[in-house]
Amino acid sequence: MTDTIADRAARATPVPVARRIRGLSDRAIAWIFVAPTIFLLLAVNIFPLIWTINLSFTDFKANRAARGTEYIGLRNYERILTDSDIWLTMQATAHFLFWTIFFQVLIGFTLAWLINRKFRGNDLWTTIIVLPMMLSPAVVGNFWTFLYQPQIGLFNYIVSFFSGVDPSSFEMIGSVTLAPWAIVIVDTWMWTPFVMLICLAGLRSIPDYIYEAAEIDRASKWRQFWTITVPMVLPFLMLAVLFRGIENFKMFDLVVQLTGGGPGSTTELTSINLKREAFEKWRTGYASAYAIILFVTVFGLASIYVKALNKVKER
Amino acid sequence: MKTSKFLAATALSATAFAGMAQAEDLTLCWAAWDPANALVELSKDFEAQSGHKMNFEFVPWPNFADRMLNELNSGGKLCDLLIGDSQWIGGGAENGHYVKLNDFFDKEGISMDDFAPATVYAYSTWPKGEPNYYALPAMGDANGWFYRKDWFARDDIKAAFKEKHGRDLAEPKTQKELLEIAQFFQGREIDGKTVYGAAIFTERGSEGITMGVTGALYPWGFKYENTPGKYDMEGAVNSPQAVEALEFYKEFYKTATPPGYTNSYMGESLDAFKSGQVAMAMNWFAFFPGLYADPNTGGDKIDFFVNPPQNNPGSTLGGQGISVVSYSDHKDAALEYIKWFAQPDVQKKWWSLGGYSCHNAVLNDPGFKDSAPFAGDFLEAMANVQDFWQEPAYAELLLAMQKRMHDYVVADQGTAKEALDALIKDWTEVFEDEGKL
Repeated sequence: MTDTIADRAARATPVPVARRIRGLSDRAIAWIFVAPTIFLLLAVNIFPLIWTINLSFTDFKANRAARGTEYIGLRNYERILTDSDIWLTMQATAHFLFWTIFFQVLIGFTLAWLINRKFRGNDLWTTIIVLPMMLSPAVVGNFWTFLYQPQIGLFNYIVSFFSGVDPSSFEMIGSVTLAPWAIVIVDTWMWTPFVMLICLAGLRSIPDYIYEAAEIDRASKWRQFWTITVPMVLPFLMLAVLFRGIENFKMFDLVVQLTGGGPGSTTELTSINLKREAFEKWRTGYASAYAIILFVTVFGLASIYVKALNKVKER
Repeated sequence: MKTSKFLAATALSATAFAGMAQAEDLTLCWAAWDPANALVELSKDFEAQSGHKMNFEFVPWPNFADRMLNELNSGGKLCDLLIGDSQWIGGGAENGHYVKLNDFFDKEGISMDDFAPATVYAYSTWPKGEPNYYALPAMGDANGWFYRKDWFARDDIKAAFKEKHGRDLAEPKTQKELLEIAQFFQGREIDGKTVYGAAIFTERGSEGITMGVTGALYPWGFKYENTPGKYDMEGAVNSPQAVEALEFYKEFYKTATPPGYTNSYMGESLDAFKSGQVAMAMNWFAFFPGLYADPNTGGDKIDFFVNPPQNNPGSTLGGQGISVVSYSDHKDAALEYIKWFAQPDVQKKWWSLGGYSCHNAVLNDPGFKDSAPFAGDFLEAMANVQDFWQEPAYAELLLAMQKRMHDYVVADQGTAKEALDALIKDWTEVFEDEGKL
């Protein structure tokens, strides 16, 4: 009979300890291992959430704690949902979310499809393409402000070179119509590689024999793409959309550095607006209600989306 | 003899030891800008005299309010002394962040009558004008203007201006003249380079555009309330004069500033001027010593003028008072610093190093006006300054104005009247929450 590590450990365990452990059920041992995580989760996530819900019904201001706190029922929620400025920030966020995801999926999938082909320098191109996502969003935001500068900005000169318009005749981050697109362009530039990588993983997970079988059946490349490639990459693509959707819903640093929410409030996304309410105006109760509304929105949308994702996977 | 020498040496050592035992590390918090460097230099005298060691925490302006107000709100002990913005005085006093200095002033014989009344009112008192002092006026400041004197003196430019406007090119006497001059320079070729009219404040994130817009509102006669202390803003904040002033500022932004000047404050204004991009620029007097000393655009190439009047003189107040933070563990040493700083000789040195003293011994000195090219303008500006709300809820009031002004001036949304009406609505909501309406 072989002497295993477990046997040696059992022999080395002092008798009183061994007796105690022998007395614990599997469930109890499982709880002992899980308890620290649960405790941390409760302390770091659940308690603050409950506390935030509680604060959302008050007029509490963190900078004026001595002033006292009054319960004001649903007033904060009512004010937020009837505030036209908040709806404008929601619109700005929806615009940002929709177009960044649209472009990132389109370009990311195309790049992945191209990179997936065997050619010389494949690895080098992959490395070059993923470089932007390795930069800090604050840095990206900052240097794009220079690229967008109407007098010296490279972006304006490139547009000018191809279109013939005067480079200083348009302001990407100073114009109400162009600024929302300016932030979409930068986010797309930065995060398309992420979508590309996920798509690439999906493409590489498709076994070659499926394509070989399709070839034998004389299926055209176009048909192979729509009946094999797209359905098999779809779960990966949906996962990328979920990640980017959640990330961009809480987008803050890049846009703050790039436009500061301006011009006016044109690019003031909900996260920027929420930060101003919570930590500049110090309307803690109001900001808590705002955060809860956003949480419910993201949670609700994400749940629906995950269900859809699971259905796609089951197919 | 030997015994007496020994005793004297022992006594000296004991005194020195006692002094060392009381020596403390003090941290003074302020914004990171030119005058802060002057204060570091000045404070070396205090270190030598008191034995205390001075540390400094300087935060760049765009983050200064965020960083320091968070520090105060959390009862932080980082700062023993804080040179906080004038608008913070209400919150500092009501929230218990600042030590009330009346008893200390009485005990040490520091009189507020020794300081310029406008600065005492703005930087030290809460409620406004009441003899409750929470700060010592430390750094007088207002928003002023500087321009390329060398360009203004060129014959070809002077002739072109005269031909266009029928008057000589000179420092503007009114806001409308200021705009005319800026528009004249806009897009003009000077030495083969396209230059622009003026750099003004348009920054969205902190306080920039509010400080810029009020530079136009005050000369038009803008008032925050019809009756001081009543918060009755309808008809004052959105008066026809205020509407006209706001339309003026927007026209200024649209027709006389460099392209892409959508989010600019102090730093951008200095950069635009020093790089030879603009003929004129608005900025705080605090920067004027540094501008004058600039080897490329300072000296005889630069001159200064006070914010021009329109219906009346008026300048936006800057500047700060120095307060003792109530959460400090070194309050006595911090008070010692204030006592030292209030001395006329120290104040004179403060001015000579580039700080704007508010002490009458400096300001009323017959030689003061000629002591720097901008000294006379500074006195004139300080005689007509107006400040933003100094209420405890000032941050909410300021952010509301930032949004409404940027929406109208830069983002071109709605009319001036609509922007000011919306501002009244925002401010009313804040004062209702505060229980003041």
